[in-house]
Amino acid sequence: MAGLPAAVAEDARRPGQHTWMHSIVRWLFIALSLAFLAAVLLAPLATVFAMALAKGLAAYLHSFADPDTAAAIRLTLLTAAVVVPLNTVFGLAAAWAIGKFEFRGKSILITLIDLPLAISPVISGMVFLLLFGLHGWFGAWLEDHDISIVFALPGIILATMFVTFPYVARELIPLMQQLGNDEEEAAITLGAGGWMTFFRVTLPKVRWGLVYGMVLCNARAMGEFGAVSVVSGHIRGLTNTMPLHIEILYNEYNFVGAFAVASLLTLLAVLTLLVKTLVERTGYRGH
Amino acid sequence: MSLRTPSVLPGFGLTLGFTTFFLSAIVLLPLAALVAAAGSMHLTDLWHVISSARALGSYRLSFGASLLAASINLVFGFVIAWTLTRYEFPGRKLIDALIDMPFALPTAVSGIALTTVFAQNGWIGRYLEPLGIQVAYTWLGVTLALTLISMPFTVRTLQPALLEVQRDLEDAAETLGAGRFYVFRRIILPTVLPALLTGFTLSFARAVGEYGSVIFIAGNLPMKTEITPLLIVIHLEEFDYQGAAALGVVMLTISFGVLLAINLLQAWGRRQHLRAAH
Repeated sequence: MAGLPAAVAEDARRPGQHTWMHSIVRWLFIALSLAFLAAVLLAPLATVFAMALAKGLAAYLHSFADPDTAAAIRLTLLTAAVVVPLNTVFGLAAAWAIGKFEFRGKSILITLIDLPLAISPVISGMVFLLLFGLHGWFGAWLEDHDISIVFALPGIILATMFVTFPYVARELIPLMQQLGNDEEEAAITLGAGGWMTFFRVTLPKVRWGLVYGMVLCNARAMGEFGAVSVVSGHIRGLTNTMPLHIEILYNEYNFVGAFAVASLLTLLAVLTLLVKTLVERTGYRGH
Repeated sequence: MSLRTPSVLPGFGLTLGFTTFFLSAIVLLPLAALVAAAGSMHLTDLWHVISSARALGSYRLSFGASLLAASINLVFGFVIAWTLTRYEFPGRKLIDALIDMPFALPTAVSGIALTTVFAQNGWIGRYLEPLGIQVAYTWLGVTLALTLISMPFTVRTLQPALLEVQRDLEDAAETLGAGRFYVFRRIILPTVLPALLTGFTLSFARAVGEYGSVIFIAGNLPMKTEITPLLIVIHLEEFDYQGAAALGVVMLTISFGVLLAINLLQAWGRRQHLRAAH
């Protein structure tokens, strides 16, 4: 939505835009928008920092010294470090197949890729319990071989992967479709190999869409609550990610601790939006 | 007819193969396990789980609050999208960027923050308390949380649609003596109607499945403030995987219905668009 000023400037030159009726409607709309956003969005955001700093900066910083909090932060970073690259490779492969070729069943494939977005996070976690839980499809086999997936790191990674699955692909597919094949076909015809064409021709063209998709995927991966909550087992210091740790601290009335962790995730969200705004400024338009 | 149109570009087999494999392993196989688990139940047991009084109560809250939240977003989403596309005011760009906040903000964070703001002694809750309005730990709180997390969908679907409204038509109508409301009803509304409906459906779909932000503000009393996803989690914690799967399939079926509706609405929107272009 970066291209508005022209429309707005044009608006000001229109006849009949300066009547009192227009002014009233205009200020009413602006006031309503701001009031709504202030109540449901800005007040909660400000609360996060107000509560985190309620007992001063020292108490805020001290809450990160808690070993369980530190472990939760490490686990979240580790999970994102595994999930984001995998989903990025998937997104690139899917965008290449879907964006560069015409084949039957393409629209079904796109719908299936989008599927996790329409599914409740609780269900996204539950499916892995049904597969790898003690009574699940592979439960007995895993038990015999002493492998734990559910209530352990692999389960957390799988659930997070499921939830964030579509993000990179969704950014790249429309972008590659829109950019067309001409330049790639020219490169191939001139003798470039497939990989060289991909890295030297395609990747530079889609890089901003890729960056945005990865940042979004990362934000969702670090912030996922429902799906991870179901498969994590909530073992303190071991299988608690940052969002889960927030829940535990909050339920123990450790508000400074809970909101301190929440403040980190809020900063991550702000950073994500910042990257989005910058990427849009380069001319690449997301949706 | 061949499966694909020939192309000089390489990598079709590799990328499509990888895509299909990864999709099957991470998404399709797990979902099959869900359907199989529910399908392995005896039909009477299945019916018993999904039609129990507690389950029905949770559907009522989940679907009722989601419909209400989507409706609130329909109104405020339109107001916000209109304000952002038509008016210039200080901070417009910042507000525009902030609209995506609920997408980027983890749901647990929105949950505890909203609860704190709307609790009896919270920044906003303390002014509602004397009026007899309790938001936190009631269905109102559930609706509020769902409104927040699904808000970007309506705004972001409406913005491009509002930019497409032909201003010349509006001017012409006004020159010819049409009132502002008449212009809205006859020119603006028909253009943005597909976007309004799509935004409404997307908001609803997101809200129905939401878990993280709701459980903090809901109070979670059975039959009163217990949403369906929470009931699924309760079944899972009691190791009643089949019961959980049965409820999951009910939710999935409804999500698919909604997804189908979105696709149909978007196809309708494209047809409207083409007709307008000619």
